[in-house]
This record gives sequence, structure tokens and C-alpha cells, in this order.
Amino acid sequence: MSITTKDVQHVAKLARLNLSEDEEQMFTEQLNAILQYADQLNELDTEGIEPTTHVLHLSNVMRNDEQRESLPIEKVLLNAPDEEDNQFKVPAVLE
Amino acid sequence: MSLLDNTLQELHNKLNAKELSVLELVNQTFKMISERDGRVGAYLTLNEEGARNAARRLDDKLAAGEERGLLFGLPAGIKDNIVTEGLRTTCASQFLSNFNPVYDATVTRKLREADAITLGKLNMDEFAMGGSNENSSFHPVHNPWDLDRVPGGSSGGSAAAVAAGEAYFTLGSDTGGSIRQPASYCGVVGLKPTYGLVSRFGLVAFASSLDQIGPVTKNVEDSAYVLQAIAGYDKMDSTSADVQIPDYLSSLTGDIRGLRIAVPKEYMGEGIDASVKEKVMSALKVLEDLGAVWEEVSLPHTDYAVATYYLLASSEASSNLARFDGVRYGVRAENPSNLLDLYHESRSQGFGPEVKRRIMLGTYALSSGYYDAYYLQAQKVRTLIKRDFDQVFEKYDVIIGPTAPTTAFKLGSQVDDPLTMYLNDILTIPVSLAGVPAISIPCGLADGLPVGLQIIGKAFDESAVLRVAHAYEQHTDHHKQRPTL
Amino acid sequence: MSTSKYETVIGLEVHVELHTESKIFCGCSTEFGAPPNTHTCPICLGHPGVLPVLNRQALEYAIKAAMAINCTIADVSKFDRKNYFYPDSPKAYQISQFDQPIGENGWIDIEVNGQKKRIGITRLHLEEDAGKLTHVDGGYASLVDFNRVGTPLVEIVSEPEISSPEEARAYLEKIRAIMQYCGVSDVKMEEGSLRCDANISLRPVGQQKLGTRAELKNMNSFRGVQKGLEYEEFRQAEILDEGGVVVQETRRWDEAKGKTLTMRGKEQAHDYRYFPDPDLVKMHIDQDFKDRVRASIPELPDARKVRYAAEYGLPDYDAQVITSSKPLADFFEDSLKYTSDAKAVSNWIMGELLGYLNSNSLSCRKLKLRVKD
Repeated sequence: MSITTKDVQHVAKLARLNLSEDEEQMFTEQLNAILQYADQLNELDTEGIEPTTHVLHLSNVMRNDEQRESLPIEKVLLNAPDEEDNQFKVPAVLE
Repeated sequence: MSLLDNTLQELHNKLNAKELSVLELVNQTFKMISERDGRVGAYLTLNEEGARNAARRLDDKLAAGEERGLLFGLPAGIKDNIVTEGLRTTCASQFLSNFNPVYDATVTRKLREADAITLGKLNMDEFAMGGSNENSSFHPVHNPWDLDRVPGGSSGGSAAAVAAGEAYFTLGSDTGGSIRQPASYCGVVGLKPTYGLVSRFGLVAFASSLDQIGPVTKNVEDSAYVLQAIAGYDKMDSTSADVQIPDYLSSLTGDIRGLRIAVPKEYMGEGIDASVKEKVMSALKVLEDLGAVWEEVSLPHTDYAVATYYLLASSEASSNLARFDGVRYGVRAENPSNLLDLYHESRSQGFGPEVKRRIMLGTYALSSGYYDAYYLQAQKVRTLIKRDFDQVFEKYDVIIGPTAPTTAFKLGSQVDDPLTMYLNDILTIPVSLAGVPAISIPCGLADGLPVGLQIIGKAFDESAVLRVAHAYEQHTDHHKQRPTL
Repeated sequence: MSTSKYETVIGLEVHVELHTESKIFCGCSTEFGAPPNTHTCPICLGHPGVLPVLNRQALEYAIKAAMAINCTIADVSKFDRKNYFYPDSPKAYQISQFDQPIGENGWIDIEVNGQKKRIGITRLHLEEDAGKLTHVDGGYASLVDFNRVGTPLVEIVSEPEISSPEEARAYLEKIRAIMQYCGVSDVKMEEGSLRCDANISLRPVGQQKLGTRAELKNMNSFRGVQKGLEYEEFRQAEILDEGGVVVQETRRWDEAKGKTLTMRGKEQAHDYRYFPDPDLVKMHIDQDFKDRVRASIPELPDARKVRYAAEYGLPDYDAQVITSSKPLADFFEDSLKYTSDAKAVSNWIMGELLGYLNSNSLSCRKLKLRVKD
């Protein structure tokens, strides 16, 4: 599989990244090289092989339904780039 | 000799005998940092006031004869992807250059409970992505053995600080070799524990299924001490293993008679420097002399590990790093015209090229139409790689080989070629994919640069790894060599 | 109206907030109406380094809800990440379920104009709720409150087997009643603990292939669901009548205008890049657990309705109305402790009580009247 500049633009949009034309060019080449290298995985017959999401076979890790203290509002907003009325402020979703 | 060249026991003896106070120890360490770190660049943020206040509290505790923690008074550096409440945590990224955490990582809390002292936060590759520390968005780290060379990465600051005597010990994190490879390049001891042994709560996630925190120290005994302090089940981490933590120090018996060592032929083949192989062979000879036996084995899927790793780690990273959107914390781009612009600009300005590259790769590998070919296939190959290890461990106690194919390379020599850079991790990545523990210890110098020996154990058998490493260390003095700075 | 030429196909996605004490992956309170951002912590705010741990009660409620709508419960279930950027989603992914939901292949029965119909349920899955946006500065900015983020939520997806807005309303009312009976949620549409989105398309009668569908959002009341779908049915029929093409899009029901409007700004084509959440582990739901949860499910509305008809001889319609709300049904049964004339009580409820409630726009939930009075 090879990846085009158009693919790179699409992926950048999904990942919310702005790329300059130079970056688009560079990433197209580099991602192609990496993916070409990664294509070797398809040499392997993995029919019937379970995918590994976790190396440890843990299951049913749960907590009881108990409340814990929330953060004081000063700490909630400590790192907020913009705030108003104890809420995080962002430009509108619409243009 | 610097104060920090004392062993833990020696330091504790001096503190007990009132020959030394914790405050003096901390002040001395900051003095070393101010003398050396301009050249090394290991630290991103110093915690001078906090460390001195903590030192005074510990001195009071000492005077009052109160019970002391395992790491009492030891000045430690923490990799900057481990959150520390009230102490800036940046992950070496512009995006988080102003980030002030509102909580402590579990390991941060455990270090405090063990009475260690946090000196500051250590430089790294941005978001732990890289193997040379050149991806720090603040400044590179220089290898204390040769300032023109890289310290390795991503925990380059953690390894360089210990090698340069700028911390008694440090914490690093390892996703595909990020503790072991810099430990190897800097001639120190770096341990990556079994996945699940040390809590990840408060470790800024790069690849959640691979990330582990571990100690970087000057010797194996210290490694055992620090591991003892940070290991253990954490109910805040669903992937934390609920296992009994053994007494690691008692495993340092020096006795490895009858030990069965496997040496994978793939770890000693083409692409591994002759000088590195030679050091590893002499180390095997030492272990043989101590009564161990070794045989060559095969880990047949080794060649597929790097590709598997980059697909899986990047996929997880693309999702883990999505939260850095400029809404709740971090550096928001100025005057965004709308929300989409805020996202795009904040992320594009905040992330460096390697981080963008991996986010791009991971986003692509998870996207519609490619998931099965890349992500799912990589997860299946991960199963095959893990089986390789399971099979070898049926017959052998540990696996031994080099940590890295070469010694530290020159700064700037590989930055333009990500794939070559990725291949530096060929010997550490399979271990991470299998989730088993491994240590890198110094096994000599090649052309004046440290070579690391990697000892890999069964899952949760850190005791065996430490015992072998310690036995080797007792009969060699590579770990005592220090760079001249 | 020209809809008779067309057949309407509706599928509903119903979200039900589970009534737990704490959030699904952290210990913050789920209480409604607290001052903004006072029920948040590093975990639900998605701070760097945090990890989720599943609330056992949320899983239990989800299984209970799935059983009550006749789903087959998975033996092994897992969480996946649904990746998308939006200010109300702090991690920029929602922890949800993709290919191994808690329950699948369920159904419920509804009744419209005396006609019974069984509606299939594709799946029920467990996920976390998002935060809340308020628009300010004349629409140029939004404020984000994360109190609601992390409230456990089940999404119930119906088969596209609903054939009219009236059926859609009946389906939603039945889901509400079942969840209310189970005690897993307080199912208040006005507080958002019960929410409904719809997919609706029209096709010429007799055609097999489905028409192009619109996704309809922002229907905040039972009436809104019916009105919104009626409007959309009418709008699509008009387009088709004129030989036009229905555009596949997300539309918003505007209650005040009585119209559905296209929603701009939301990305139309999503690629959510689902993958198993590596921070969470699998859930093995064994038979013991299933049996235990099943035993905790009380008598559900359908069963109660049958019983009222059989035991007290209530007319079908009256039994249906009374059992559609748990408080009302409980009130009815409590009354019978004081009188044996069930029909008189039923008549009084159907006539005076509901008449009074309706004319004063009250819901039976707010009914303070006690039997003794």
C-alpha cells in the first residue's frame, strides 16, 4: 500500500494538525517508507492467532460505586487557557 | 569522589552518624547540577525550594528518631512525563510548557512516602517519542561520556543525570527501550519492570499497553531498592497486577550456579557492532565462571518487532495525545478564529515533528480501511513475538544479549532518517511487546563509550534479573567507571 | 399530506443515564444541577496521566437494562475508544463499546391504536456521557461544564422497524417505563437522563431498498420526538414528491419554530477509529453474575398490565395507561390496600387524577398525593 499526499492531508485533518506543504511532502515520503517497512508483517500467516491487546490476562477490574471528593474549582481551572463563570471558554463550534 | 558515589548504605550510615545532613546532601547535589547541567542538559525544571524544605523535614525526622523510609534522603530526579503536583510537568513539549499538575502520580507519592527527595524534572524526547533525546522541544541532552554524543532516549535526562552525578537515582519510563537504551549509552543501570508491576497512574501515556516506569541507578542494589519502593498494585490503574511483591534485596545473593541462560542468535547477528558483541561475549564468560550455563536460542519473530511496535505504539499514541487540544490546559494558539482553528493551531504549534509523525502514522493505521491490515495484524504479530519468549522461558531462566546494537551516536547524525533511528531499538522492543522485565547494566567501554548488557527475565521475575545483574556486578567494576566532566 | 405513497422507516438511538452514585470511571458525583465544574477531577477532566477504573454498579445496571429489553448478554465484553474532537469530550475520545457490546438482539413490544407490534433491538452498550456546552457572546463562544462528563450511559439502538412517529413515541415511552421499573435510571427527558436521536427515511411503498436517511437530534420531549419525526416525514415526502433527493445529514429539531434544521459545523463524515481501550481490561460476565442480576429485575410494565387485567379486570387501555408509569402503577396498588374496588380506583385515576395532572402539565412523578389523603 502506498500513501499519497491526499491521504496525508486527510489524516492530518482527522488528527487536527495543520501541515505546511513541506511537511506534507516530508510526511508522505516518511510514512511511505515506514509503511513499506511495516508491510513485512503481512508476510506472516496470522490465521487463527489471537490479537494481543494486553500482555496480562486481567479481567473484571472494577471499583465500588463510591463517591470521592472532586477537585476544588480553583484547581479545575488552574491550567485553563480561557475561562468564564467557572467554565472553560472556547470559540464557538460554528464559524 | 562525589558524595553521590557513596552507596545507599554508606549514605545512610553517614546520615545516622550525623556526619552528613539531608540538607547538605541536597545542597551538594544542586551544586553538581549547577556546575554540570549547563553542559549536560538533563533537567527541565528544578525543585530547589521544594527539595530543601523536604530535606529539612527529613532532618527533623532524623533528629526525632522517627521511622524512616526505604529511600530516606536520597536526591532523585523524575522524568518529565510523570506528574508531580505543583511542579511543572511538560513531557518536554512546548504544548505543556506551562502545565502545572493538580495531582501526583502514584510513583511520585510512593517516592515521597519512601522519603526520597525530588530534585526536579528530567529532560526527555517529547512525549517519550524518540531514542536520542534530540526530540526534546526545549534542548537536547548531551552524553556525559562524550558531550558530542546523544545520551539515548527517550529517558535521556534520567540516564545522563545519574551518569553525571546530578541525582542519586532517577525514574524513567520505557515503552520500547526508553530506560534501557539510554542506560546503555550512559553506562548506568536501567530497569524496565514487567508490564503491570509499577502503576502507570500519573505517567503521561504514550502507548498505554507498553509504558512502564522504572529506576535508573548507578548499581543493581540501588535498582532493587527503588523498585521495592515503587512496585505494587494500584487500584487507580486497571492494568496494574495484583501480585505479591517479593523482597528484591534478598534476591541479591551473588549465587547464580546452575542458572540457564539463553542467548538469542538474532541479538548477536548482523547489524550489531563487533565491539558490542565482544563485550557481551566477555560478560557471558564471567557468568559462566560463576556457574551459569548459556546456549544459543532463536526468537524467530525478532525482525518483525520494530514494525509491530511502531504501528501499535503510534496508534495508541494518536489517541492518547488527542486530549492535548488547548481547551482545558496547555498552550492554546493565540486568537483562534474558530474552534477548528484552535485545535489545529494549538496542536501544530505545540507538537514537534516526531510527535506529529507518530500521530499521523497511528491515525492512519487506525483509520477506516486500514485497521485490519495494520493495527490488527500488528496485534496478532505481537502474540507471535510473545510466544517466542514464552517458549524460550520454558527452558531458560533468563535471556541475555546486548541492549543496543551500537554505542552512543553523534548528536544530529540520525535525525533526518526516522526509520534508521527506529531500528536502534531492535533489541529492546521485542521485550516491551512481550511485557517481560529487563535490565541494562554496564559491561565495559568500547572506544571510551559504555556498552550495555541486557538481561531479560520471565514476567514478574525481577528477582532473577536483579540476581544475575548483581552477581555480574560483584565480579566486575564496569559500573564504577565514571565519565570525566 | 402525501405520505401515503411512502413507507416511513425509523430507527431510534436512545441514551439512558444510569443512576449510580459516582461516575463510570472516577469517583465524582453524578448529581444533576451542581454549580459548573464542581463535580470534576483529573480523571473526568482528562488530565495527562489519568486512568479509568470501571464502576461495578454501572456494569450491573447496564446488564440489568439489557436483560429487561430481552437482549442476549455477552459472555465477554470490552470497552473501545471512539475518537473525535469536541470541546465536551475531554480526552477527545469517548470510552464506548464497538464490537462486543453488553447486550444484543433484544426486543420490546409496543401498542399503538390497539395494535401490538414487536420492535427489535440491535444492541445495548455502555459508555460515558459528555460534558455540556452553553453558547455565549452572541454565539461566538461556548462555555464548557464537565459535571456531566463520565456519567454512565447506555445506548439502546433499535432495528429500523418503527413505521411511524406515533410508534416511535410509543417505543420511547416503553423504554422509559422499563428503565424506570428496573430502577437503573430516573429517565427524565427534561434533565437529559433520557435522550433520543432518530434515523428516518422514506421509500415508495413496495420498494425494498431503504431511502436516504436523515439523522434527527435535539428532540427533548416525548411530544418533540413525535412532532420532529412528523415534520421530517412531511419534509422528505415533499422532496420526493417534487422528484428531489433527500440529503444524508444531521438535522436538529427546533421546538419553537416547529421545524427541523440542518446542523452545520458538525463533521458529516466521521472516522471514529475505534480500537480496544488499552487502559481497561475485558469484562467476563459469568452465569452466576447474570443469574444474580436477572433475579433483581422486578415485574416489568407488560407483565403488570397483564396482571391488572387478569386480577382486577381493568380494561386493556386503562391497564396500559396506569402501568406506563411506575409511580402511577405503584399508587394504584397502594390504593388497593384501602379499598377492594379496583375499578373505582382505576376510573378515578384515569378520569380525575390524570385529567388534573394533564390540565396542569404535571407528571405523575411529581405526584405528592398519598393514598391516605
